[in-house]
Amino acid sequence: MIMEHRISLRETLAYGAIGLAVFFTVWSALVLSGVVPHTFLPLPTEIIGRFITLLTHTFAGATLPQHLLASLGRYLEGFLLAAAVGVPLGLLMGWFRWLDDILSPIFDGLRFIAPIAWVPFAALWFGTGFGGPIMIIFAGAFPPCLINAHRGARFVSPSLIEAASMLGTGHLRMIYEVLLPASLPSIVAGLRVSAGLGWQSLVGAELIVAANGIGYMMVQGQANVQTSTVMAGMMSIGLVGFGMDRLLRLAELTIGRRLGQPT
Amino acid sequence: MGSISFDNVGKVFGAGAGALVALEGITLTVADKEFVAIVGPSGCGKTTCLRMVAGFERPSSGNISVDGKLIVAPGPDRAVVFQQFALFPWKTVRGNIEMGLRNKNMSLAQRMPLVDAALKLMNLESHANAFPHQLSGGMQQRVAIARAYVLDPAVLLMDEPFGALDAQTRVVMQEELVRLARLNPRTVLFITHSVEEAVYLADRVAIMGRRHGRIKAIVDIKSVRLAEQWDQLERIEDVMEQESFVHLRSSIWKSLREEK
Repeated sequence: MIMEHRISLRETLAYGAIGLAVFFTVWSALVLSGVVPHTFLPLPTEIIGRFITLLTHTFAGATLPQHLLASLGRYLEGFLLAAAVGVPLGLLMGWFRWLDDILSPIFDGLRFIAPIAWVPFAALWFGTGFGGPIMIIFAGAFPPCLINAHRGARFVSPSLIEAASMLGTGHLRMIYEVLLPASLPSIVAGLRVSAGLGWQSLVGAELIVAANGIGYMMVQGQANVQTSTVMAGMMSIGLVGFGMDRLLRLAELTIGRRLGQPT
Repeated sequence: MGSISFDNVGKVFGAGAGALVALEGITLTVADKEFVAIVGPSGCGKTTCLRMVAGFERPSSGNISVDGKLIVAPGPDRAVVFQQFALFPWKTVRGNIEMGLRNKNMSLAQRMPLVDAALKLMNLESHANAFPHQLSGGMQQRVAIARAYVLDPAVLLMDEPFGALDAQTRVVMQEELVRLARLNPRTVLFITHSVEEAVYLADRVAIMGRRHGRIKAIVDIKSVRLAEQWDQLERIEDVMEQESFVHLRSSIWKSLREEK
């Protein structure tokens, strides 16, 4: 069994490497053959070079890590706000039917407005101020938090709810000690989706911020026709997003294991 | 204190053409400290009877009361032991048992001795800090029984509590329940499809038929048990070999069989 597992893991890695190698070879061939102009598509090595340069050299007023840090700060605020509102509200809607009936139509209408569609509205409200990007990240990150908490609470085994109610459990404790732990796997899965969507909304958010951040850096790169800077920015967004997703997946697995088999 | 009374209770699921009559004209009284078992085939409505006493469901007609009070909602005066245990998987054994006491706003100092006593009663002391999934089915059901007992409920409602256990564990738990009933008599409404289990445990057995959801007979066990001194016998198999036991079992069994 263990041998089999190792071999399949090795194969997975090998296939992954083949995929990446083909991708970068085709890319390089397109550039070197002149099919795609070099100005619009630099070589992969040039982008990595630019990425390394940006780690220590300032561009658009800051180094890449500083831009990233500014973005991450904004992102965390938007994301945490979305989680802090979305999860409790989702659980409440899962428990109180009337609240669900009141809020569902509003929410169902709003959630089809893509985060990027909030940009002009956020700009009107906050200008280039601090609230704009948070509002947009919130718009991206909020729905999965709410939906998964709501669904998790709805699908809690009825016998657990019956057991809790025959023990005389009140509303607050029911939500906090029964619905919340029972829907934790669903909530964490929602947080993972929400973290991804929030991070994806970030660049859109930063298009309206004129001071710093990874999105701002990329817009400045575009203005200077520095394709390698734009793409180095894209690369860092991808890397950070991937890292966060892995961390949250780990959290998801750990929680799943801690809870054991629900009876 | 704790008596249950069903007064001409009916239950209909659904409405209109698709409506299903689950129970009709159920009249039954369980006296204080009496152990009544309801036996019947699956789908006869026996579990619905228990769920209505628990307050999980409302009767469509008639009244159910405990100590003369009509039932409106679930509450800790009517503790339930479920077939599938329904323990909180994220709480330890102790956490599960003390949940009901915390709901009564008892302080830790008030709860501790009660929880310890319940753990001791069900021989769970060494598992107090274990999580349910670390325990066998039999142990999990002990926790569920301790969780119900610790509330000191007026009535105890047991819905096929040993139905999910293997045969050996089942026997141990049945003996255990008889031990508990002697130690600490309770008003119990016990649902089972096992005739043997009902005759072994109950003071009276109510037989439900498959059709119409009615109680077709109520058999008195207690008088036979006392007359034949079953309580002198330690093991369940000794009781089950008694001629009086065999006779009761087969007469109830026949009554159930006539249904088909």
